[in-house]
Order: sequence, then structure tokens, then C-alpha cells
Amino acid sequence: MSKLSVGSSPHHHNQRDTGAVMRLVMYACIPGILMQTWFFGVGVLIQIALCMVTAVVTEALIVELRKKNTERVIKDSSAALAGLLLGISIPPLAPWWIAVIGSFFAIALVKQVYGGLGFNMFNPAMAAYIMLLISFPVQMTAWLPPVSLTEQSFTFIDALNTVFTGFTTDGYSIEQLRVGYDGLSMATPLDHLKTQLIEGYTVGEALSSPIMSGNWGLGWTPVALAYLAGGLLLLKLRVINWHIPVSMIGAAMATSFVLFAADSSVYGSPAFHLINGSLIVGAFFIATDPVSAATTNRGRLIFGAAIGFWIIVIRTWGNYPDAVAFAVVLMNMAVPLIDYYTRPRTYGHKAKTSSIHNNEEP
Amino acid sequence: MNHYKELTVQGFWKNNPAVVQLLGLCPLLAVTGTVVNGLGLGLATTLVLLGSNITVSLVRNFVPNEIRIPIFVMVIATFVTMVELIMHAFTFELYLALGIFIPLIVTNCAIIGRAEAYASKNPVHFAAFDGLAMGLGFTMILVVLGGMRELLGFGTLFDGAELLLGEWATSLRIEVYTTDANFLLAILPPGAFLGMGLLIAAKNIIDDVIEKRAQQSQQKVVQRARVTGTDL
Repeated sequence: MSKLSVGSSPHHHNQRDTGAVMRLVMYACIPGILMQTWFFGVGVLIQIALCMVTAVVTEALIVELRKKNTERVIKDSSAALAGLLLGISIPPLAPWWIAVIGSFFAIALVKQVYGGLGFNMFNPAMAAYIMLLISFPVQMTAWLPPVSLTEQSFTFIDALNTVFTGFTTDGYSIEQLRVGYDGLSMATPLDHLKTQLIEGYTVGEALSSPIMSGNWGLGWTPVALAYLAGGLLLLKLRVINWHIPVSMIGAAMATSFVLFAADSSVYGSPAFHLINGSLIVGAFFIATDPVSAATTNRGRLIFGAAIGFWIIVIRTWGNYPDAVAFAVVLMNMAVPLIDYYTRPRTYGHKAKTSSIHNNEEP
Repeated sequence: MNHYKELTVQGFWKNNPAVVQLLGLCPLLAVTGTVVNGLGLGLATTLVLLGSNITVSLVRNFVPNEIRIPIFVMVIATFVTMVELIMHAFTFELYLALGIFIPLIVTNCAIIGRAEAYASKNPVHFAAFDGLAMGLGFTMILVVLGGMRELLGFGTLFDGAELLLGEWATSLRIEVYTTDANFLLAILPPGAFLGMGLLIAAKNIIDDVIEKRAQQSQQKVVQRARVTGTDL
């Protein structure tokens, strides 16, 4: 109905510019960030701040070097968003130089080298995350157990101290902080499942640990759900389209269901894969990056579905516990191809027919 | 003499096998984990290039055009085998460190490229000098890239120099900084690609600056001529 009542031009167009879109995405992250801070401590906020500041400073420096309009580039907030997305992916008490190196890499080598916003082939935050994960595997996998399970409680000053010196004010190292109340070092649910499976346990046995209650990962599932809320808000505000999140989660569920149905003692259930790890935040906040994702709706469906598929495959058979970053960057590479084969029909032209068909016509 | 200067500029800068022709990337990316590895492979390649260029140039008038490529490859393979045996005898540990990449010098396109493009068409003294300049230009990039990666990845420079230069070279090792968290990416193949990209970018920037300066100085000359023209 509303389509019929469109008036004649000139139309009052949507005033949302790039900066506004980027800021909306950042606001939509807030519920997830709050939940993450609640479960994993203020280190989360410190990492996000470090990453955002480094990203913006790097962007300003490089844009200045390239003799472009620095103010305009900074105001589009894309560097800040990349920093924020990287910040939420870094373990809360990782050393400060992790965040600094990662953000610098994201902006300088993944984004500006290609020509800045709109030209980068890869998602800056995810490419930087992969770089960090490959370069510093120890620091990048040192996730803390949820606050309620830790033996040592720590304050904001402790978190700040750990990030910058490696020790809390009481002299505990990050390795000591990672020890849960049962004296065992704590891993993320995906990491936990992976190590347990390697040690010969079944999925069922792996899931009966203090960090899990069934499929429900303590701390991790609420965080994922909070990001889901933010993501749905973005959908409602039409900042992102439904195609990528739906196809990505759908494909991940389908793939994990096939595996789960084949052997439920070796492969995690679809529900486990959905609410643990970064599938949801990846589907709504990372894969939907307008620059590095496919541009047509059909292309977005393919792009999202392929990411979902790869996430489960890499989670199951890869070396690292989670796979969103790898899957996203892998499919970023395929975007030019996807875009080429999903070009929409231009108005007034017939749908593309095969050359054989054309030859048959008189 | 002027031609020698031209050959030097071509080998080290304008037509550098590594950053301009982008030939021999496989060993370039694979062995430049440290300065010494890069230097070792660079010198081996230079020796092969020198020998193959001289030989190809000597036989250039007898080789039938149709089968020149197999002959060039055989000449190169001969020299590679010689270098391999020499390294096996005198720098055994470096030989082990470089591994398969010494025999693979045969497949380095930079060498057959020089044989085909230059040595088979020019007299021996020029061909020899061309081989030397190209080889050293290649070595230069290997060393710079190796330095970048070693510095980022291990925090040292010239680590293991004794493998190539003998016991006294142990003191060449410079420890720039120590860290218990090595920057693994720099040592892994992706780091080689990134470092290579940055080197090519740096070369292009320098070329741009030189070109702009040249243009400016030319423009100034032209302006003065006009000014004096109107004054008179």
C-alpha cells in the first residue's frame, strides 16, 4: 500500500550518511559489550578503548600522509568501528601491544593500503584478528573464565595493570587468573569441546563441565544473545539486510545438523554451535560489513551461506577453536567472483540467456 | 665504461630481478627468514648467474636457436650442482638450513631470463657483468627482506652468520630487542608476502619522488628561459 502512495519527486531522502551508519552499528554493540564486561571483567572495555584509539590515530596519520581530507575520513567513524570490532575479539587481559599492533595492522595494511574505506577487499578487524591469532597464539587464546568462576577476583586497577604490565597489583599473572575454582585452567566452550574431543571424550562428557550447562555456555551464551539483540535492532533500523545473517546462521545450522545427525558423540549440536563462540556476533556485525561483503541480495545469500558452512567445517576440523574470522576473510576473497555471477538484470534488458539458446533463435 | 654503469643501475634498481621483474619469488619468499639465509641464497644465485651468463655468452654463436632453452637449462643446472657441492663442503649448516632451495635455483626464472634476454645476445665481458649486477641486486633484496623479517620475528640481526662466514662472525649477531612473544607472522610465509609488497611500494615511492624532482628541475629551466625572453 505504502508503495502506491509514493509522491512525485523531489523526495526527501534518508539523511543517514556513512558516519551515522557506522555509529549505529557501534551503538548496537553496546548490549553485547555490557554483557561481555559483566562476565569477563573490565578488561573488555580497556581492550576496546585501546583498539579504537589506535585505529583512529593510525587512520588519521595515514590519511594525512596520503594528503586526503583527514577530518572527513575520521568523521565517517569506520576506523573506530573496526577498532571496536577488533577490541571485542581480543581476550580481555591480553597485553596492550596486542591491541595496538592489531589495530595498526587493520587500518594501515588491510584498509588504507587498498585505498581506504570502500576499497578494502578484506574485513579489517577480522584480517587483523587472524594476523594476531597466527602471530601470538598464546596471548590470543588466553580467555578468562567468567568472573563468577574465577578464583582471584580483580578490580579495574588490576585489569589495567595486567594489560600494561602482565601482572595484577597483587602480582598474579594472567595464567594464574585463568585458573578456575576447581584449580583447572579455563577455556572457552569451543576450545573446551575441542580439547576434550582430542582427549577422547564424547560431546556429552565435554558438555558436563563447570563452564557449560548442557549447550548453555556460562557467560558466552548470554553475550551471544546480547549481540543478537543488537543485531536485530540493526535489522529493524535497516542498517543491515537480513540476507547475510539469515543465510549464514541457516547454513551453519544445516551443516552442523548434518554432522550431528551422523554422529552426535563427536560433533556438537546445532544449538551448541549457535549459542557458543562468535557465530551470532559474526553474522550480524562482521559479515555484514558493506565494503567487504557481496553487494547483491542473491550474492549476499551465497556469501552468508558459504561463511556459515566454512565456520562449522573449520570449527570441526581446523586447528583453532573458532572460525568466524577465517570464514569471513576466506569468503571476502570470493566476493568479486560472487558479485560477477550475481549481477542483477538491468531494467529494460531481458534476463541473461545462454549463448546456445541465442544460437537456436532464427 | 658507460655500459657497465647502465648494467649496474639496471641490476640494482631499474630492472631489479626481485622487486621489478618479480622473478625467483619462490626462493625469495621461502628462505628470507633471516639475513644470513637470504645472503647465502643470494650469493649462491649470484654465482650461478655469473657462471651461466658467461657460458651462455661464450656458446651463443654455436647454439641452434631451436634448442637454446634446453641448453641454457643444462648450463644452469651444471652451475647449480657445482654451487650445491661447494656449499655442501664448506658451509654445511647453511646448506641444511636452505635445504631444497639450493637445487631449486635451477628453476629460478631470473637466471634463465638473463640467459635468454641478455647473455645470449651480448659479448662475454658484458654478460658476466650483467650476471654479477643482477645477482647482487637480487641478493640485496633478499638481505633487506631477510633483515625486516628477522628483526620483526626474532628481534635479532645476522643471527647465525657463522654458518656462512666462519667462527669469527658469531660476534656479528645483533640482538635488537628480546621478547618471549615472537611476531610469528613475520617469519611465516604471509609475512614474506607482506614484506615483499612493502618493499615494492617503497621502491615505487622513491621512483615517484625522483621523477617529480626531475620534472620540477626541468620546469624551472623552462621558466627561466621564458622570463629572460620577455625581459629582453
